[in-house]
Amino acid sequence: MQRKQKLTRNTAYFVPYTLWIVLFVIAPVILLIYQSFFNIDGQFTWANYQTYFTSSTYLMMTVNSVWYAFLITLATLLISYPTAYLLNETKHPQLWLLLIIMPTWINLLLKAYAFIGIFSQAGIANQFLSFIGIGPKQLLFTNFSFVFVAAYIQIPFMVLPIYNAVSELNPSYVNASRDLGATPWQTFSRVIFPLTLPGVKAGIQAVFIPSLSLFMLTRLIGGNKVITLGTAIEEHFLTTMNWGMGSTIGVVLIIAMVIIMWLTGSSKRRPRKGLTK
Amino acid sequence: MTRKFKWRNLYLWLVFIVLYAPIIFLVVYSFSAGTTMNNFHGFTWSHYQDLFADSRLIAIFLDTLLIALLSSVIATTIGTLGALGINNTTRPVTRNTILSLNNILMVSPDVIIGASFLIFFTALKIPLGFGSVLLSHIAFSIPIVVLMVLPKIQEMGTSLLDAASDLGANNWQLLSQVIVPYIMPGIFSGFFMALTYSLDDFAVTFFVTGNGFTTLSVEIYSRARQGINLEINALSGLMFLLALILVIGYYFINQYSSRHRAAARGRRS
Repeated sequence: MQRKQKLTRNTAYFVPYTLWIVLFVIAPVILLIYQSFFNIDGQFTWANYQTYFTSSTYLMMTVNSVWYAFLITLATLLISYPTAYLLNETKHPQLWLLLIIMPTWINLLLKAYAFIGIFSQAGIANQFLSFIGIGPKQLLFTNFSFVFVAAYIQIPFMVLPIYNAVSELNPSYVNASRDLGATPWQTFSRVIFPLTLPGVKAGIQAVFIPSLSLFMLTRLIGGNKVITLGTAIEEHFLTTMNWGMGSTIGVVLIIAMVIIMWLTGSSKRRPRKGLTK
Repeated sequence: MTRKFKWRNLYLWLVFIVLYAPIIFLVVYSFSAGTTMNNFHGFTWSHYQDLFADSRLIAIFLDTLLIALLSSVIATTIGTLGALGINNTTRPVTRNTILSLNNILMVSPDVIIGASFLIFFTALKIPLGFGSVLLSHIAFSIPIVVLMVLPKIQEMGTSLLDAASDLGANNWQLLSQVIVPYIMPGIFSGFFMALTYSLDDFAVTFFVTGNGFTTLSVEIYSRARQGINLEINALSGLMFLLALILVIGYYFINQYSSRHRAAARGRRS
């Protein structure tokens, strides 16, 4: 009796949630894969995949997209690792962490918009360059600005997992390594870095995957010079209306995502908002 | 020693300045009398006046808020029930499968979510607009609610429920008077996260919004593509304020729940 009651309660709870999983998690992915086998006229075909893997345009676009995602991830990591490490040594790390995370609560588009102003012809960045004697440069709509703004947006997502790993690091390991005569570099490369590697991996995962798909930045900041996988999908779906090809690129992006997750080990979720732990 | 310490602080400060400069820059220029973000031309409220006179933008803002509130209320309800269901699963395999499915929408890139939802709505012949945007926002907010609520349910343990049912509580009483009050902090955190997800989303909305309906993010995108318009700066000033209120609200909920937890632990020991 008791058990039966529990069982009915269980299923009653579960109906809307299960419905959500079936309708909004499983069905869309299947539909995306299904759609990738249709050409623009609605006929079943393998041509999308053939085109994708034989056309140099698509392959170059993929390589480019991965390359830029790599650059963005690298830049973010180089800035975030010391930040996370130093945060852990401050007096109020939680407060500092909250301050690092705060900017993720500001709308992404507004941050991108700010850089349109900062990097513009007569903008503050060029005023500064003129002031130090370099002279104004074309900043907006360059590959540099794209990587810069993308890294700017992603820094908190990298700092957070690394900080969590660093704060779990037992300081006595570091002391032991120093006592045993390790140089600072040895302590870092043999003790600190390997022990915080899970955090770094989680951070890479949290930054790399979205970097493949930041289509609004390639438009607003990159001036369409860098075409990422995300830009290509958006283009195919909303501009040229070739959903089949767009879905094919989508499937490639999903495969890329799975590879990244497999390489970085854990299946931890990406906290889209920093405050999620 | 002291010098080393200063260097460290300098680096941290530099990172903070870089992180906050663009945001402050935006807000400062929302008070500039000029039309560009290049030179400050003296203080004015005129961009805020323009903003409040812009009835189209106000309507979009209200729509965005409506979508955010509705989607987070519904997502919180479904997500909380889902978390209760997950907690009731007995086999670890089932549980892990459900949790993996739950996390798919959290790790997927926004473009994939947007594109696949677009195909989904078209296949079901759901017209694009308010309804499709609302459904999408509910859909991508559910997993975060589950992840915020589930730890609270697990923390609750079974003895409390056993005690309540031994004392004659029926299922509804169990849910409404024991479970929900206990997990309320988790539900609130989930609600807040869902709210900010919805307010912040651009990519998914961009795909499923169709022609007639717009949210604030999409509107900012289309205006930003046309260049600088200090009305957007004024808007960012207001949204910064809103984000600040949300962060503070979230912070207090967390404080409350950790104090609650500490108190519960104190009582137990």
